[in-house]
Amino acid sequence: MLRYLLKRLLFMVPMLFGITLISFVVIHLVPGEPGALETDMNPKITKQVRERIRAFYGLDKPLHVQYGMWLTRIVKLDFGISFSPDRRPVIDKIKERLPVTILINLLSMALIFLVGIPIGIYCARYKDSILDKVLTSFVFAGYAAPTFWIALLLMMFFGVYLELLPISGIKSFNFSELSFFDKTIDVAKHLILPVCISGFGGLAGISRYMKNSLLEVLRQEYITTAYAKGLPEGMVLRKHALRNALLPVITILGLSVPGLIGGSVIFESIFSIPGMGQLFYMSVMARDYPTIMGILVIGAFLTLLGNLIADISYALADPRIRIG
Amino acid sequence: MIAFLLFGCSQQKGTLSYDDPGKPAYGDMIVMASIGEASNLIPLLSTDSASHEIAGQIYNGLVKYDKDLNIVGNLAESWEISKDNLSITFRLKKGVKWHDGKPFTAHDVMYTYKVTVDPKTPTAYAADFQLVKKAEVLDDHTFKATYGKPFAPALISWATAIMPRHLLEGKDITTSPLIRRPIGTGPFVFKEWIPGDRVILTANTSYFEGRPYISRYMMRIIPDSATMFLELKRYGIDMMGLAPLQFLKQTEYPRFKQEYNKYKYLAFNYTYLGFNLKHGLFKDKRVRQAISHAIDRKEIIDGILLGLGEEATGPFTPNMWAYNGNVKRYGYSKEKALALLKEAGYERGADGTLKRNGSPFEFTLLVNQGNTVRIQCAELIQRRLFEIGITVKIRVLEWASLINEFIDKRNFDAVILGWSINPEPDPYDIWHSSKQGPKELNFISFENKEVDEIIEKARHTFDRAERKRYYGRFQEVIAEEAPYVFLFYPYATVAIHKRFKGIQPAAAGLTHNFIKWYVPEDQRRYKANAALSP
Repeated sequence: MLRYLLKRLLFMVPMLFGITLISFVVIHLVPGEPGALETDMNPKITKQVRERIRAFYGLDKPLHVQYGMWLTRIVKLDFGISFSPDRRPVIDKIKERLPVTILINLLSMALIFLVGIPIGIYCARYKDSILDKVLTSFVFAGYAAPTFWIALLLMMFFGVYLELLPISGIKSFNFSELSFFDKTIDVAKHLILPVCISGFGGLAGISRYMKNSLLEVLRQEYITTAYAKGLPEGMVLRKHALRNALLPVITILGLSVPGLIGGSVIFESIFSIPGMGQLFYMSVMARDYPTIMGILVIGAFLTLLGNLIADISYALADPRIRIG
Repeated sequence: MIAFLLFGCSQQKGTLSYDDPGKPAYGDMIVMASIGEASNLIPLLSTDSASHEIAGQIYNGLVKYDKDLNIVGNLAESWEISKDNLSITFRLKKGVKWHDGKPFTAHDVMYTYKVTVDPKTPTAYAADFQLVKKAEVLDDHTFKATYGKPFAPALISWATAIMPRHLLEGKDITTSPLIRRPIGTGPFVFKEWIPGDRVILTANTSYFEGRPYISRYMMRIIPDSATMFLELKRYGIDMMGLAPLQFLKQTEYPRFKQEYNKYKYLAFNYTYLGFNLKHGLFKDKRVRQAISHAIDRKEIIDGILLGLGEEATGPFTPNMWAYNGNVKRYGYSKEKALALLKEAGYERGADGTLKRNGSPFEFTLLVNQGNTVRIQCAELIQRRLFEIGITVKIRVLEWASLINEFIDKRNFDAVILGWSINPEPDPYDIWHSSKQGPKELNFISFENKEVDEIIEKARHTFDRAERKRYYGRFQEVIAEEAPYVFLFYPYATVAIHKRFKGIQPAAAGLTHNFIKWYVPEDQRRYKANAALSP
């Protein structure tokens, strides 16, 4: 087991290196440079100024030199200074925004599992029933419909027509005047729509995995044996079938990290939530290379970590993988 | 539940009538919204509009525009221009204090000048100050700038935000804490910045022009424009620029009209179709004139802007003092267009396409992605030119690649773009033939000796009547040469919550008297300390 773990860990290093190299090249290939969105076509900006700004950011050096400089910093865990005019350390910018992104992603992950798994179980148990078909269509609609469109419809319905939920942001204006209890409720109100919407899209995957995996287990001979010994159905499902069927589903948990991080970019922008996704969107628009790279590295790291956890949990459960 | 209570009370207030002008009172908060987050609150170092909008409330320049776009004193009490037009002596207001209580003096002006021209400062605004030959502090309240040549836009270049010397001198301005916690002399004092969420300012109670009535100013960051509009409809923001459809249709319901006033005024910008004059097709003036005739501007304004704009006649807008409307105009006329093209040697073939020496008249029109108005303009232009036998291909490109790959490399036939212009005109950067270098703005390669001469003369003349004569002629030549098809001057359209009174739309727009806006006591929405962290 230890050898397996070590192998997996070592494998992460070249992987991370490869990801950063490709990301670095790709973001520099995109036309436009830091500040270019504002300085292009601006009469007040002369050629000397442009050169001055380029030299200031080190953009006058060849790309491989820039990558080398970045790499020597990043191995010391120094994410560099943002190219945005605020000149703050990238790590500070990410740190203040990471918690809310992680909170929302954990909540929506919980939502996916709490709703998706029961749906999957129900659909497997009552396969081809009317409710199975309704639920399947429902989760697939969530999977297929564009997030931003559903988000706007719900904001309009709950926000503008019913005036029940806040439209955007994470806290009300009078947040600081509220008691602790009211603060929790306030944040919860703001989180309902973003969490539901980011979870909605993920329901389809999990519930289908759950359904298929359970159906497969239910076909196994030991289930027939369990029925044959006269165990009640609930017991067969819970004690024998579900335990085995859940294993592959839990692996999905680790693999869904990149999807959630990618989704954050969209819903954090729509709901104006000051999280990492919004920071990423704004950095890309401003070609703030160090911040983009910082977020990509953290995203890549979280993804690889998720994969590792998935592999380990699978290996723990299934001796065939551990040994092979 | 809390949100319920909160919005419950705003709902109650919704039934309140905001029509009573009431009496000016100190209090309440105005909530603005921005698509992008401010990057840096030292305006010298930032170029984005969110940063400048906030910094504009915190800092002052020496001069500013008044509501009729005259240049008036701001931190300067008065100024004198020497007889030879080479130097300006500013007498500064006395008793002005920085937000930290230190007095404002001419040394602050000197510092601002020095740091701007310092090659180590990564600023976009050094050009105007680099023309200053000598800057002097005559005494604590007198500052003199001397130029090598008379320079007409010199005076307004001192509208630049003046920085506090006592907090910055001898330090690296690019790492100054003032970037996130600015200290200025302006009507509002910086209070708090919650990254990615909001910036809050509070009224400067000892502001030298009088304490602003509105106690707090909040700038929310809402990156999605659809969300921003929903927030407006939900009364989450108080002021927002609207798109034509939003202005005319989507806000035309009683509840909205009960809560908001809508304003429209001519903005300082125009949209145009620019020809690459190096391109064989467009070297001939008659061809450019023909296309100007073939495009129906009225159709563009009525169909795309829904009437919220005016037909453009040249590179200045009608609300500028230098505007000359008495120039050659290109009314929509297929016949005139075809006659001019015939003169230029183009004949319509049997299939209706225009040809000269056997090659058909076709070109590619570039537009930038995301700008629906410009894309729709391109489509109407394509159809109108098709009617006279010209084939137009439209290519929609992402902004950065449009600029870097096509405009900068002069690798285009024609393009639809817009210019924002300064009320103080100096067409030098866009129209002078010397401005054709890489990244420079005369990217259509316009060259005209007379225009060059006029621009240079006007630049070095201080007398406004004389400059107006020069610019009048400048606009005539441009209209005759038709290097651009000037399409339209759009209106700025804004919704502002009705509880704000004292708003006076003028040539300078709406916010010129922002410190005089007030909310009558019984119409207030926000309590004294709402939105502030403890």
